[in-house]
Amino acid sequence: MAKKIKAAIIGPGNIGIDLMYKLMDSKYIQLDTVVGVIPESEGLALAKQNGFNSTHEGIKAILGNKEIEIVFDATGAKPHLMHAPLLKEDGKIAIDLTPAAVGPYVVPVVNLEENLDSPNVNMVTCGGQATIPIVAAINRVADVKYAEIVATISSRSAGPGTRQNIDEFTQTTSRGLVEVGGADKGKAIIILNPAEPPILMRDTIYTRVANPDKKAITAAVEEMVEKVRQYVPGYQLKVPPIVDGDKVTVMLEIEGAGNYLPKYAGNLDIMTAAAKAVGEKIAQKLLQKRTREVV
Amino acid sequence: MGRKIRIIDSTLRDGMHAVSHQFSPQDMAEIAQKLDEAGVDTIEIGHGDGLGGSSFQYGFSAYSDEEYLQAVSGVLKKSKLDVLLIPGIGIKEDLEMAAKHGAKVVRVATHVTEADIGEQHIKLAKELGMEAVGFLMMSHMADVSKIVEQAKLFASYGADVIYVTDSAGALTPQGVFERVKAVKEATGLTVGHHAHNNLGLAVANTLAAIEAGADVVDGTCKGLGAGAGNTQIEVLIAVLNKLGYETGVDLYKIMDVADDVVGPKMQRPQVIDKNSLTIGYAGVYGSFLLHALRAAEKFDVDARDILYEMGNRKTVGGQEDIIVDVAYELSKKKSLA
Repeated sequence: MAKKIKAAIIGPGNIGIDLMYKLMDSKYIQLDTVVGVIPESEGLALAKQNGFNSTHEGIKAILGNKEIEIVFDATGAKPHLMHAPLLKEDGKIAIDLTPAAVGPYVVPVVNLEENLDSPNVNMVTCGGQATIPIVAAINRVADVKYAEIVATISSRSAGPGTRQNIDEFTQTTSRGLVEVGGADKGKAIIILNPAEPPILMRDTIYTRVANPDKKAITAAVEEMVEKVRQYVPGYQLKVPPIVDGDKVTVMLEIEGAGNYLPKYAGNLDIMTAAAKAVGEKIAQKLLQKRTREVV
Repeated sequence: MGRKIRIIDSTLRDGMHAVSHQFSPQDMAEIAQKLDEAGVDTIEIGHGDGLGGSSFQYGFSAYSDEEYLQAVSGVLKKSKLDVLLIPGIGIKEDLEMAAKHGAKVVRVATHVTEADIGEQHIKLAKELGMEAVGFLMMSHMADVSKIVEQAKLFASYGADVIYVTDSAGALTPQGVFERVKAVKEATGLTVGHHAHNNLGLAVANTLAAIEAGADVVDGTCKGLGAGAGNTQIEVLIAVLNKLGYETGVDLYKIMDVADDVVGPKMQRPQVIDKNSLTIGYAGVYGSFLLHALRAAEKFDVDARDILYEMGNRKTVGGQEDIIVDVAYELSKKKSLA
């Protein structure tokens, strides 16, 4: 019986390599291979330096390798649309960090359990990972009619992919607020701020609720923040819930762990941290199943 | 005949900030029709923060983008209908909807250092057969070389016009002149200027822009707009007439729209007071004004302290949420003192 589940990362960019560092201390996952397409990639060199297999031959290098059971895809929406069916056919579970959204949206503290058996899960967006837990927490006690989030990130932490497809961020995040957060309607706004030194990620969550019970909302939000902090230690409540009629305002600040990316890139950190949390839970479940089979 | 200057009226978009986005479609149609009759070339309408701007963050508009567009496109005879789109707030579907309702011009507005988030929207505008304007906001926050770099990006996506936008009303004439001149020389495109009057310089800055080569400039009736408002269009037309520029706008008619149609619909006088002056002085986004006044009242702090701190934090356009955070922190400090 294997003690850990073997995994691969496709896409050795900022996100992929930050995830690589995060997976090094995983209890249930053993990172096996980092997959890229450019031989001279800095990410692949870092993978090799850290003792992982690395390949620039793309996804085909890991297809057929039955030992690798979980694959994190940190490429882009278009490549993932190609990768998804190949991974499924090969019996690998895909954790999708791109906006492709082939599988259901997953936010670890909200709806991971119900999606543990899905062959492909999607990590929504950084803004979604940061704000959906708060919307879900408020929705449980106050019934959210409308949720609106404003994510402000440092310009330096927004790569060309985000910039060229900024509509994908707002649209995917607003869908996530509804589908996972439980709001009846959702809206997302993203702002890039070029200040130097770079600002930490800021998120403001506005909700319109049916039951504006301040005490219950505050308790639910504080409890949720603690839960997210289990896997994103830099997740902080900046302004506790302000209840104004049926409007509730909550503000967060997110500092990255600084594994590979700088601390200001809390927006990227929360994506990789959430993906790791999802991967670990899936791996843990696979291991438990195997233990039971052996017994 | 003097040099031709194209006038874009933004009373029904920037002016929406000053009425907390509460104009009705009937108000808009009435004002737009009079602006058209006065000979204004282009009329910008919608929520103050552009398509999709209606929100908790910026204030909900009384009606939808679509309702405003329908009401105004029905009355325009000669003027071109214009919308603003801030990437990160508005999306491509919003622009398609606006085009369907007769919008012929879109100003894709980004912070002065972030033009690349507007690429897809500029390209879509061109596919839709619209005139595309790259609108570089908060241009006082970037030096000449940076603004040139960003203007070139917009040009490379296919923008027809580049705007040097002084969203904070923080520039002085020399600052406007050098930016407009450099952008025009670097891109070879038509250049425009959008001013705010927080330092009392809106008309002067607009003239500086024209002298530097701008061929398109913005104004609003009675100066209605964020902060201390915009360049007062009826004043601008009078000044441009005196200087011999050709605008196509009838001076008496534009005076009449301003005083007789827009004036009665205003909720507060459009003046430079201590708070709007602080916006220009601290160099913060003009639409923070009413949000800061509300937060100042709620948290019992001075609006000027909020605005000044917004400047210290190097906030950019759209960061209205931080006003609450700043007010909350100022009130905490105050209660400790």
